[in-house]
Amino acid sequence: MKLRNRRISALAAVTLVAGLALTACGSSDSGGGSDGGSDGGSAGGDISVTFLPKNLGNPYFDISDAAGKAAVESFGGTFEEVGPDAASPDAQVPFINTAAQQGVSALVVSANDPEALCDALNEASEAGTKIVTFDSDTNPDCRDLYIQAATTEGIAKKQVDLIAEQIGDAGEVAILSAAANATNQNAWIDLMKKDIAENHPNIKLVDTVYGDDDDQTSFDKTAALLSAHPNLKGIISPTTVGIAAAARYLSTSDAKGKVALTGLGTPNQMRDYVKDGTVTAFALWNPGDLGTLAAFAAKALVDGTIKGDEGDSFDAGELGSFKVGADSVVLLGEPFTYDKSNIDDFDF
Amino acid sequence: MSTSILSRPEGTTRSYPAYSRPLWRRALFTREFAVIALLVAVIFYSNNNVEFFDGPLTFYYLFLDIAPILLIALPMTMVIITGEIDLSVASVVGLSSVLVGQLHADAGLSIPVAGLIALLVGALCGAFNGFLVAYVGLPSLAVTIGTLALYRGIAVGLLGTKAVTDFPEKWTDLAKERIVEGSSYPMILVPFLVLAVLFVWMLHFSTFGRGVFEIGLNDEAAHFTGVNVARTKFLLFVMAGVVSAFVGIYYTLRFGSARGDNATGLELQVIAAVLLGGVSIFGGRGALHGVIAGVLLIGVISSAMRLENYTVNKINIVIGTLLVLSVISTTLLSWIKGLWSRRGRGSSPTSSETGQDRQAVAAQESTNER
Repeated sequence: MKLRNRRISALAAVTLVAGLALTACGSSDSGGGSDGGSDGGSAGGDISVTFLPKNLGNPYFDISDAAGKAAVESFGGTFEEVGPDAASPDAQVPFINTAAQQGVSALVVSANDPEALCDALNEASEAGTKIVTFDSDTNPDCRDLYIQAATTEGIAKKQVDLIAEQIGDAGEVAILSAAANATNQNAWIDLMKKDIAENHPNIKLVDTVYGDDDDQTSFDKTAALLSAHPNLKGIISPTTVGIAAAARYLSTSDAKGKVALTGLGTPNQMRDYVKDGTVTAFALWNPGDLGTLAAFAAKALVDGTIKGDEGDSFDAGELGSFKVGADSVVLLGEPFTYDKSNIDDFDF
Repeated sequence: MSTSILSRPEGTTRSYPAYSRPLWRRALFTREFAVIALLVAVIFYSNNNVEFFDGPLTFYYLFLDIAPILLIALPMTMVIITGEIDLSVASVVGLSSVLVGQLHADAGLSIPVAGLIALLVGALCGAFNGFLVAYVGLPSLAVTIGTLALYRGIAVGLLGTKAVTDFPEKWTDLAKERIVEGSSYPMILVPFLVLAVLFVWMLHFSTFGRGVFEIGLNDEAAHFTGVNVARTKFLLFVMAGVVSAFVGIYYTLRFGSARGDNATGLELQVIAAVLLGGVSIFGGRGALHGVIAGVLLIGVISSAMRLENYTVNKINIVIGTLLVLSVISTTLLSWIKGLWSRRGRGSSPTSSETGQDRQAVAAQESTNER
């Protein structure tokens, strides 16, 4: 008897949950049909652009998203920035799904994985959302346009040239990267390896470590690199989080001035380290311009001015006019070298 | 044992605490029901106030997103009710994901065969945890922190920094397919419902389940009442391993990507949902309907807040606060119940008026569970 009563109450509660889930979903189904029409109507009127960076709290994306916001507001659209707190593809998917549900006009994404986001992006695309990737691309068939900061070759070569110059074109170097699966990082690393092997026979790449674009992890990995390779002459960190963390470690260690550091960084993060001699020179495009260009590209797609085909050209405000290249890629320009002489001219 | 001893003597009223309140009050005034009520309230509020929440995609994506948590929460609930914990589940998900990817891409096995091997490895992972906890007698917290790192390490070590993304469309589509075309229910709910029925039966309607509760309350007493404590714990860890491996297969196919770092941190989401659903971290108390409602509640809140364009940090703040409140509420509820029984049934022989009031109430609650 005791057990039976307990069972009845448990059963009652389970039925309640089940019934609840069913009714809740049932009503959402019926609501969906009527909503579909009105969504389509409103999307045509004003442009809503959602920026989805690799992760939030990343200074690099803070800059591009701020510039993207300014650009979107300049043409009267509504801007949203959403994103996960860790740079992983599975964490980005729910945000892409949400954008599809909201029926935003365009989604501007920096992809944590070339393949894992594809299905979600395609679903959003079917819902009428234009997909622009920037900074880190997906497979070309999962997006309408890719805004590339600089050519992969250009960036890889620039960093190898910088480190070669700083260590006298000989000695051991290591790479401190972001997430192990980041599309752009791996493309650069492959080309850097090739460039070093072909053009810099005296430079030896001894290690590649991954700081996951996390300040503390990158800091620890730098420490580990220095103790594992006592003869290390230089570190290349093609990520803004990594280079800043590595510079912070080097600036307070014995290796300051002995181990050269270069890579991709932002002037505000690196200013102190350039001035105190930890870092001689580093490279980057302007992430703000990248965000602006992505926003205008999204607008051109939504307006129907361009379709994302090779040869299309569109206007990007004060940045001028841009042409779509092969594989629907838009190129921003060549990377720029920051050093002691010019760093004070930049504030981002 | 003759039935005459067990049957209730005619004419006497029950006096033990569990039946001191009528059925409706026992069913409604519980942690589980509070979570269900909150879930209803949040869904109702979101339907009316959150734009696009009533759209056709909301619950479809919601179920796809929370399916891993829903699935692993089933064995995790039982593990936590025995007073143990399994922190290695997310690493088993990662390992299983990598295995499916590698066996399919490098060894050329079909997805079902690769999946079956992954399930076996998941069972082995769980058995290793279970052996160390149940038979060697090590604390599960320490063991599974170790295997959390161990299994994740093997996963990343096997695949390195690559990702396997080449899966047959037939299988990746299956992971996202709807049960009925156009409905909000993805296919993954079918295995979940089957497992849910199985686990509800096992935990609440079988001798095995009663043993689980008894171990959580006092494993020595459980041992002396004839519960095979070690075997029960061992089996629970194996179940956690197998279900986690199954989630790994789903994860791989849903995202079309096998990576060593898949599902990092999932274990904490699962444990948070289980605790939110009213399971006591000290063991001996909890029910699966509360846990399922807890998972749904976290899913619905995240989904609604994302639609309102809140950042992930704010979503985490809300869910974290909710979890803390729910843990406090147990203490608060027992305190109120204590006051109630002191005032209302002062003369009843079963209600304690001494300083052990809290214990009596706790015992009363746990009796309620059985």
